[in-house]
Amino acid sequence: MKKKKQYAPSLILGLVITGVMLLMILVGFVYTPYDITKMDSTAKLAAPSLAHPMGCDNFGRDIFSRVLKGMGNTFVIASATVAIGTVSGVIIGAFTGYFGGWLDEVLMRVNDVVFAFPSILLALVFVSLFGTGKYNVIAALGIAFIPSFARIVRGEFIKYREMDYVRSARLAGVPQLRIIFVHILPNTMPVLASSVMIGFNNAVLAEAGMSYLGIGVQPPSASLGSMLSESQTYLFSAPWYAVFPGLMIILMVLGLSLLADRGAR
Amino acid sequence: MAKRGQKFGKVLFAGMLLTLTVALGGCSGDKAAGDSTQIADTSAANSSEVESATNTEANASSEETKDTEEGGSHITIGIPQDLDSLVPSLSQGAGTQEILYNIYEGLYKPDSEGNLVPAVASDYTMSEDGLVYTFTLRDGIKFHNGNPVTVEDVKYSIETCAGLNGGEPVISAFSNIESVETPDDGTVVITLKESSSPFMAILSTVEAAIVPADADDLQTNPVGTGPYRFVSRSLQENVVLERFDDYWGEPAHIKDITLKVLADSDSIVMNLEGGAVDLVARVSTQQAAELGDDFEVLEGTMNLVQAMYLNNAAAPFDNEKVRQALCYAVNKQEILDFVSEGKGTPVGSSMFPAFGKYYVEELNDLYTTDLEKAKSLLAEAGYPDGFSFTMKVPSNYQQHVDTAQVVAEQLKQINVTANIELIEWETWLNDVYQGRDFEATLVGVDASTLTAGAMLSRFRSDAHNNFVNFSNEEYDAAYKEALAAEAVMDDEAATAAYKKCETILAETAANVYIQDMCELVAVRKGYTGYTFYPLYIQDFSKLDVQ
Repeated sequence: MKKKKQYAPSLILGLVITGVMLLMILVGFVYTPYDITKMDSTAKLAAPSLAHPMGCDNFGRDIFSRVLKGMGNTFVIASATVAIGTVSGVIIGAFTGYFGGWLDEVLMRVNDVVFAFPSILLALVFVSLFGTGKYNVIAALGIAFIPSFARIVRGEFIKYREMDYVRSARLAGVPQLRIIFVHILPNTMPVLASSVMIGFNNAVLAEAGMSYLGIGVQPPSASLGSMLSESQTYLFSAPWYAVFPGLMIILMVLGLSLLADRGAR
Repeated sequence: MAKRGQKFGKVLFAGMLLTLTVALGGCSGDKAAGDSTQIADTSAANSSEVESATNTEANASSEETKDTEEGGSHITIGIPQDLDSLVPSLSQGAGTQEILYNIYEGLYKPDSEGNLVPAVASDYTMSEDGLVYTFTLRDGIKFHNGNPVTVEDVKYSIETCAGLNGGEPVISAFSNIESVETPDDGTVVITLKESSSPFMAILSTVEAAIVPADADDLQTNPVGTGPYRFVSRSLQENVVLERFDDYWGEPAHIKDITLKVLADSDSIVMNLEGGAVDLVARVSTQQAAELGDDFEVLEGTMNLVQAMYLNNAAAPFDNEKVRQALCYAVNKQEILDFVSEGKGTPVGSSMFPAFGKYYVEELNDLYTTDLEKAKSLLAEAGYPDGFSFTMKVPSNYQQHVDTAQVVAEQLKQINVTANIELIEWETWLNDVYQGRDFEATLVGVDASTLTAGAMLSRFRSDAHNNFVNFSNEEYDAAYKEALAAEAVMDDEAATAAYKKCETILAETAANVYIQDMCELVAVRKGYTGYTFYPLYIQDFSKLDVQ
């Protein structure tokens, strides 16, 4: 029913970039060339060299090592955020979309309220109430991400709930939960998958933004956002400090965007 | 007190908007580089800092300005936030008060040596028992509105600050004032309930400035007696000042001053390089390094004690050996090298060099870095494998955050893990300073007057602002001794007792003392006369154009 599958350059590019990024993240979990908090007064703001491929920061810490670890932190936070958003969003969206009625009205209005705030603003409020740190940021962003997933899933369920195969299943006495999760949910996968990827991208940017504001990962740990934040003072004297973490954010987002883009077609 | 929070809020909000609009491309704040945490003693706590900038219109016109005779000279001072109040007794931030210093004067005022010199009063005598102060009003002194200063104005101003006109005392130390009398047209007599040697110092702060008794609204139309008078103000934009030609003392050199609000610290270098601003006080070493040949960077000190303050009541810091171990593990010089290119003055107790006779320099060398000794002290204290603790650091002070990271790294060498938790300034005030809910924190503590008590009174075990819960009988006794000596005006004995207090703080390792941070002032070449004060003061009247 579709034209013959062909591998577009953008898909290959997306795969390559994402693959390299994932590889770096995996490496970062088990190995970094230097201890990421090891300070070296002789290498303060050192330019990229063979010993330090991305240069050093203002404490003489190796930026490459910190980027590897920072990508891992950013990745973990973004993944956890999307996981919270997806799971909660699917459950809320599925029930409200399938059953409708007052539950739908109430939850969706609440959803609208939450949705009305920019996710970063919402997360800021959360963090100011419960404090900073990695796990609070995950919780804050996760909650902020629920409405968009709930909305998408609900839309899909509304579309499917009146379809003939669902009606037949209902007539045949299939339990509601089974209809929801076994009959309908798999059909929402294509839409859900691409929104997960887009959501992941947004989460990467949101995490970077939160850490950039100093409320995400706490120093001396690193995330891509916190590195960007720390680097801005040295933008002119040591541009590599800002360029490499920034580049990694761009590549992470670009790679997944290309994949999501192909996946949606 | 809210000022700092507001400022941080603004930075946060601005940063947020930035993030939302341009994702991550932008470059907002070197948050508060060049800032230092201020805990002034009389004004309870917060104060915002001011980075002054002097400015002529642009590069080209600055040449022109220099050529004109002194009478027509103009200067623009950049400040990182608007003034929180133009009424001296209501002003909160040190960043506001250091500007008001140029508009208002008290009966006496501090000079650049830290001495108290006559201002609105020309002289004073004190009774033998230290209870009655008799001030002679300066002859012919005038307010900015041209009216002569009368003893009634003085009485009104002091009584307002002391809460004698109804209401709470604005300056808590002034609740000690029994009465203010005006026996004749040139004399004011202030009677105290108890003798107090820091009284004159507190009387000299800008909060205790003399204002006209008939002033209807100082907030919109400030009238004082200082070398500069208020002209106009545009909220969050600028404040314009003009030389007061009827000033009683040595007149200021530069005629016009515009205080320009530069809320974004990233814009400081741009403003300087672009010629919009000629002088900025308290730039960071990095900002100073980015400046070109047109500028001179003057180096002074911030006049505060930066330290890792430890909650002496919370385990494991209730153990003296643990605190000493931390002192042995921290390398002050290395911190200076990492954070401020080696600039700054290491200190060993709660006292900084500007205090002169009270400052005990030898205490700096009490703990020379010795990791073996630190480890053995930890073992003796029952922590042979180290421990971990949380260090709360106000996130808007980049220099403290940087220092905290270096300290954390140094402590790793003795297996002590310091987990840094960045918190907002307001949270810091609430939780750490007032709530005393912390294990360790890294900030700077400054003094509002050059009286030893301004630094040392907080460490008495029952002091209301003893946020580190330091409790030491010997210290309390020594401090009492100092007060007793002051009451009978025995300066030598008082100084000796204060020095003993400092020594006790150092020997019992009340806190991990680090440094008095360096203050860098960027001045465009051609401008002269910037004067460092041992207190939080920017004196514009000494500035000059060559």
